[in-house]
Amino acid sequence: METPEQIRDRLLARFPDATVTVVANPGPAAQHSLLVDPARAVEIATFLRDDPALRLDFCSNVTGLDWPEREVVETIRKTVPLSPATGAADASPASPAVESATPIVEEKVKRLQPGYLEVVYHLYSMALKHGPVILRLRTGNRTDQVSLPSLTPVWRSCEFQEREVFDLFGVAFRGHPDLRRILMWDEFRDHPMRKDYAEPDDYEWEPTPHETVLAKARAHYSSPAPDAPAAQSP
Amino acid sequence: MSDAAAPIPPEPAPRAQPAPAGGPHPPAISSAERDELRRQGILLTSLEELYNWGRSNSVWPLQFGLACCAIEMIAASMARFDIARFGSEVFRPSPRQADLLIVSGTVTKKMAPQVVRLWNQMPEPKYCIAMGACAISGGPFKQGYNVLKGIDRFIPVDIYIPGCPPRPEALLHGLIALQKKIRGQTLSGPAAPRHLRAETACTYPVPAFGEHDLLPPKNPAVWQPPSLERTD
Repeated sequence: METPEQIRDRLLARFPDATVTVVANPGPAAQHSLLVDPARAVEIATFLRDDPALRLDFCSNVTGLDWPEREVVETIRKTVPLSPATGAADASPASPAVESATPIVEEKVKRLQPGYLEVVYHLYSMALKHGPVILRLRTGNRTDQVSLPSLTPVWRSCEFQEREVFDLFGVAFRGHPDLRRILMWDEFRDHPMRKDYAEPDDYEWEPTPHETVLAKARAHYSSPAPDAPAAQSP
Repeated sequence: MSDAAAPIPPEPAPRAQPAPAGGPHPPAISSAERDELRRQGILLTSLEELYNWGRSNSVWPLQFGLACCAIEMIAASMARFDIARFGSEVFRPSPRQADLLIVSGTVTKKMAPQVVRLWNQMPEPKYCIAMGACAISGGPFKQGYNVLKGIDRFIPVDIYIPGCPPRPEALLHGLIALQKKIRGQTLSGPAAPRHLRAETACTYPVPAFGEHDLLPPKNPAVWQPPSLERTD
């Protein structure tokens, strides 16, 4: 089977205005995936299904990911141009030999990476017995731009799994034939698999609370909890 | 029991003959039995024994399975474990004909209203067995968002069978414990079961689907969260 890079090059040749990038998987599995532009996703999916060299006729798995907003620290190396006077004054006592090199300064930049939701499709070919090819689609953000094109018209097996992603992550699939909640009830308003989901507060006492359960135990049963660490410590 | 008071007395209380103290023979009836005879009379006591004997040996469960515990329940009903030895082989497909609700498995919050509705549809006298860790407390899913943390939050449970899942022998043990409980029930008095007391409701409120959880998340008349008390 073709590598993801080859598939990306063929897709870019076929759809010049689409953006397709390869997302590398650094783990030992090395299952690199294709990040696809949502605007052309249905056409790209149809091409992957019908292309005679690929014939990815089976979508085995659809899943979701929640990437909340996070702070990324990037190290940027940049050269700092110095004025000749100060540069000569700094450089001459320490290292007279290196006079031509401009100093390289490493600068740490904090950047707020906006959050988004991601949907991952695992595609296989029953006819040619190869796979998987992994597609990723990303939403604009996590609040109001959570719409993505549905690939159910291309692979019928996506229907229930896209409903599950809609239910648990809140991705609204455009063009899905029957977009309802599948696991939780219809009146439910939350999306439980999102990182910021707050579950209903129905804790009850447990004999061995730990970690997050211990925090809940302290909130609900305040009287024994403050003594518990003191009793354990010698 | 009946030979203790030979003539059948008029209703309120038979006068039992006290056993000779220190004699070689033990007393014919115990003091608890004598009290019960005083309260109910011979006729009602004998009827109660017969009635409870009949009920306890034909406990018909509802044909209702929720998760992997249901597989063990099915195994208990098959020839190898043979729940028919205890008179409970008739799994009724309708709650109107069932005496026993075996909550066999994980009760999700989406399923909980249907379980309570089935319980309400069963006629009294009815009994409930919580089978397995999930039905008792939520089990391994207790910290999750979608599983009810024990069916006893909504309906009264008579027998709890721990296990994940319990073996068919454990289910049979629970059934025998339930039979003992049924045989101990009186027809009158303060210890009478729920359906013979006028003031108790035999139907329980069905929770509604809320925006974040079931509404209400528990039935306070049936279940209260455990409270911790310092003893030192």
